[in-house]
Amino acid sequence: MDEHTVFLPRAEANRLLEALAGSGFGRILGPVARDGTLLFQPIKDWDDLPVGVRDVQQPGSYRLQQQDDPRCFAWANGPQALKPLTFTPREIIWRAQRSPDGALSFQAAQDDPEPTAVIGVRACDLAALDLQERHFMHGRFPDPWFRKRREALFLVGVSCAHPAETCFCASTSDGPAITRGHDLGMAELDEGYLLWAGTQAGKTLLERLDLDEATASQRRAVEREIHQATVTQKRTLPGRHLKQALYERLQAGHWADVGERCLSCGNCTAVCPTCFCHMEMDEPALNGQSSEHLRQWSSCFNAEHSFMGHFIVRSDTRLRYRQWLTHKLGSWHEQYGRSGCVGCGRCITWCPVGIDITAEAHALLQETPDA
Amino acid sequence: MREPTDLPWEARITSRVQETRDIFSLKLELVDPGIRAAYRSYPGQYNMLYLFGVGEVPISIVSDPDDDDPLEHTIRAVGRVTHGLERLRVGDTLGLRGPYGRGWPLQAAQGRNVVVISGGLGCAPVVSMIRYMLRRRDDYGQITILQGVKHSHDLIWRRQYQAWEKIRDVQVLLAADQGGPQWPFSVGNVTVLMERANIPPEDTVAVLCGPEPMMKAAIPRLLAQGVDPFHIWLSIERNMQCGIGHCGHCQVGPHFICQDGPVFRYPDIADWIDREGF
Repeated sequence: MDEHTVFLPRAEANRLLEALAGSGFGRILGPVARDGTLLFQPIKDWDDLPVGVRDVQQPGSYRLQQQDDPRCFAWANGPQALKPLTFTPREIIWRAQRSPDGALSFQAAQDDPEPTAVIGVRACDLAALDLQERHFMHGRFPDPWFRKRREALFLVGVSCAHPAETCFCASTSDGPAITRGHDLGMAELDEGYLLWAGTQAGKTLLERLDLDEATASQRRAVEREIHQATVTQKRTLPGRHLKQALYERLQAGHWADVGERCLSCGNCTAVCPTCFCHMEMDEPALNGQSSEHLRQWSSCFNAEHSFMGHFIVRSDTRLRYRQWLTHKLGSWHEQYGRSGCVGCGRCITWCPVGIDITAEAHALLQETPDA
Repeated sequence: MREPTDLPWEARITSRVQETRDIFSLKLELVDPGIRAAYRSYPGQYNMLYLFGVGEVPISIVSDPDDDDPLEHTIRAVGRVTHGLERLRVGDTLGLRGPYGRGWPLQAAQGRNVVVISGGLGCAPVVSMIRYMLRRRDDYGQITILQGVKHSHDLIWRRQYQAWEKIRDVQVLLAADQGGPQWPFSVGNVTVLMERANIPPEDTVAVLCGPEPMMKAAIPRLLAQGVDPFHIWLSIERNMQCGIGHCGHCQVGPHFICQDGPVFRYPDIADWIDREGF
């Protein structure tokens, strides 16, 4: 929130959707209760949002509950962050053509993403997007497909007043309040929404809405809710820089312990909003004249990930879990200047056996450093 | 952007040599004359080779970049793509993008003695550097080349090694873990050769490429002989699918082998060499 925070009464919430549509966003995505969870889906009306819906998350468990209250954002998160919108789970990146005389030609896949507004983005999701931008956009080879999709997004972040039991964004300093990465920031009260701009595009949109300033008591109410959402989080990651501590414990017995429990299924990497690993592969047409070269989300929990033709670098689950954790909490610091974990808790919830990254990190730090 | 260097170009096979039962060399010519003229590589770098309809593999460049001859790659048929590449013949086409990665320390090695230690097909990534140095023989001091293979019949380029040996101040030592008929060289691993090699401790740069256990065994011996750890360089191999630091497969600790490497200064990668699971 800032000094230009304005108030949008609940009854007029559709004006925000109209303003977005009027600003050229042909596609507006919001959280929708579907398949027993919350997914970013196209919305046409504020009532498409999950009114009165709560999420109950625990290690290995996700349930929605219906309550009789007007709020649309009284939940923590669903399995998706923004990742599928910018880093597509499966996409063609180029095509090869082979002419009858054997000559090859290559064409890059073209993609003109529709301008898209996303409502209901969490602070952890914005932090994760920033990390994915560092990986895909700010290296030596900026990814054109990621960049185009990113640039087509307008992000309405909503401060989180209802963290799940699995959340620990306060511990990673990535939430629960919307403070960066948003075009428009939003906080929900029973009577309506406080809105503030994060970018020029957000400012322009607010001018279009022409709303009254939020009152001091409304702002205090939001601050109280944020404070409450911060202090209710029970899970934490130990310390701020785990890299050295983990590097010093690569031989710890606990890796075998967690390796026994882990199914190596890759759910954690699929729901993780920062995991970027993907495989590249070809799908040739049956006529033998063309082939599509694709990239598809992959996981360091797959054997494919470290396959070397004549051997597999990480042949067992213990080594794969260690790779994931030491990367996420360790080597990300060297690669991207911070931890790769934003505290969203998805890997805990969506793990079929309920492995808890925070508990594993604490347990590892209990072990004596390697000799 | 991934373009224009990151979309494959069409390349044609101009020559093919079967080196051993499963190792073959391809000479390639980029079909587009403009691209061919603009293409520049550096010893130690690699290309992504694309087999139509099957996929891509990273393969180190064997040829000396300053040579007018075509690009050369020496490949062992081990996986889906390389088994397919093995079946291509002169005149066939494939896709090529690159070059990628950081190559050998040619500047750092200039004016110094150079020890080249390779094992198995690790001889391929170092060959471009050897050729580069021998073309500029006066720019380098004594050159010691050690190559080890598992079985004597795995040795490729026997005549090339014998030709190098005749050049001034070049020592070539070859070894096989298992000898065989017509094997006049040593039997044992590369470290056995190191005892016989004449490695000057002063002003020596060592470059290594091969199985990590081999490199890990060789390094303490180099250090014991007085070689400065900052003058030891290694080329590391991992699964690479994009070549541009995106796909994540090649990570070893914090390093993306495809871009931060494949060649590393020893102290930068020392913690991770031959470490189970990394």
